[in-house]
Amino acid sequence: MIEPFLLRALAAGIGLAIIAAPLGAILVWNRMAYFGETVAQASLVGVALGLLLNIDVTISVVITTLAVAALLIVLGRQKLVPLDAILGLTHHGTLALGVIATALIAGPSVDLMGYLFGDVFAVTTADLWLIYGGGAVVLAVMAWLWQPLLRVAVHEELASAEGVPSRRVRAAFIVVLALTIAIAMKIVGVLLAIAFLIVPIVAARPFASTPEGLVVTAAAVGASSVALGLTLSSNADAPGGPSIVLCMALIAGLSLAISSRR
Amino acid sequence: MTGATPAEAAHDHAHHDHDHDCACGHDHGPAKAFDISALISARGLTLLRGDRLILDHVDVDIHPGEIVTLIGPNGSGKTSLVRALLGVQDLNGGEISRVENLKVGYVPQRFDIDRALPMTVARFLALGHKAPRAALSAVLAEVGAERCIDQQLSELSGGELQRVLLARALIANPELLVLDEPVRGVDYTGEADLYALIGNLRDKRGIGVLLVSHDLHVVMAQSDRVLCLNRHICCSGVPETVAQHPEYMRLFGPETARNFGVYRHHHDHAHGLDGRELPGSHGHHHGETL
Repeated sequence: MIEPFLLRALAAGIGLAIIAAPLGAILVWNRMAYFGETVAQASLVGVALGLLLNIDVTISVVITTLAVAALLIVLGRQKLVPLDAILGLTHHGTLALGVIATALIAGPSVDLMGYLFGDVFAVTTADLWLIYGGGAVVLAVMAWLWQPLLRVAVHEELASAEGVPSRRVRAAFIVVLALTIAIAMKIVGVLLAIAFLIVPIVAARPFASTPEGLVVTAAAVGASSVALGLTLSSNADAPGGPSIVLCMALIAGLSLAISSRR
Repeated sequence: MTGATPAEAAHDHAHHDHDHDCACGHDHGPAKAFDISALISARGLTLLRGDRLILDHVDVDIHPGEIVTLIGPNGSGKTSLVRALLGVQDLNGGEISRVENLKVGYVPQRFDIDRALPMTVARFLALGHKAPRAALSAVLAEVGAERCIDQQLSELSGGELQRVLLARALIANPELLVLDEPVRGVDYTGEADLYALIGNLRDKRGIGVLLVSHDLHVVMAQSDRVLCLNRHICCSGVPETVAQHPEYMRLFGPETARNFGVYRHHHDHAHGLDGRELPGSHGHHHGETL
């Protein structure tokens, strides 16, 4: 008999793996992996903000993530330093700010490790509602935006010239990404949230020949990693979120190794 | 935010320049009317980047069944002009008139799809179009790339990719084709084939073509009209006119001009073949910032 907390962890992780797959694909195809990483880690500032203002942390994380994304887009327009340097600056600056702010505001009682790495075994029924309800919204919006997102990923200028409103499509995607990060934070924390999006895509790439095939395979890789990781975690008493991400990374490494030998 | 942004300040400055002391060394006449027989007609297109003038009162007309080649050195504003004509480039001045519901097929200069995005040629052609497979095969056959239909985009050779991009541009039956350096990554014999193909497409479909190129002598053979761009249109006309033009010689050097052997005719028709586009004849119209 599986313990209820383990079942909830499994349901939460598999739900997230499915939500994450289409978003991860768009991030990877647009070479936005580090962009996603940066806005995700900046969401720790949102945690601090939520604790400070005594509002729901999910809401403050979504708002902060959007603000940081907007900041990155503005900073990215300057031409003096390349975008990855701007991402590095924002990533570390906001992470430092977030750690200091959470420590100062809430005092030593706040579970910083919980926010950084998540606590998949502490997922409540209410969290599951958030994951599946929010996830349904995310998937619905992604399905609606899929064709334009795909066209922008193939060639943004061509898409624009053919009448796709590229900027609005990208903006809508970033809003959905922010929501997904807020959901993922519950399970794997701000440091590992983007791993759920990126790593399964890498693992699935060698075995896909269509964009949708890649998304479905990635979701399957993610879900299997959740099952494997939670098994590993409960048997070896290892932290849940990191165990899942480690399984994903091992599968991705194996997948790339196999494909490079073909 | 207070005061003018740098771009606005530069814009004002440029206005000032042209109103009182034109740097181009020729008169800007009054703004001319759009050419109503053209598919697309642009007047006085002006673009600034920071305080650098990228496009300076550029006029362009492209008619049905006509191949217009846009040439110019690197940084002369070719791609900015193409983007402006496609409607994806904000401008600081000028106006563009298109025939109603003008359908434009576009082949971009660079196409480096991320290898992480798996996509077959068929899927790429059908993106945004509800086209049956037979229609995809037909358009691929038209450009001589039908055997690529089930290949991944990332596996195509340079020449195959250009043909597939051309097929993509043709699939919505455009009235105007805009090709930004369509022979990039194609070997020499492939180039000639590709230009012949573009010429055939024009003949068969009766479409207007705007071809951007830095590759002069091959292009010329297929062109009805050449526009030589260096921020402004320095010279234009039928190929032989442009090849003989002193502005052209100055831009590309006598060496390039000599490679024009086939077109070396007497310089007896330099003016009047295309009265609209002669140097110094472009309009002086400042439109609203788009």
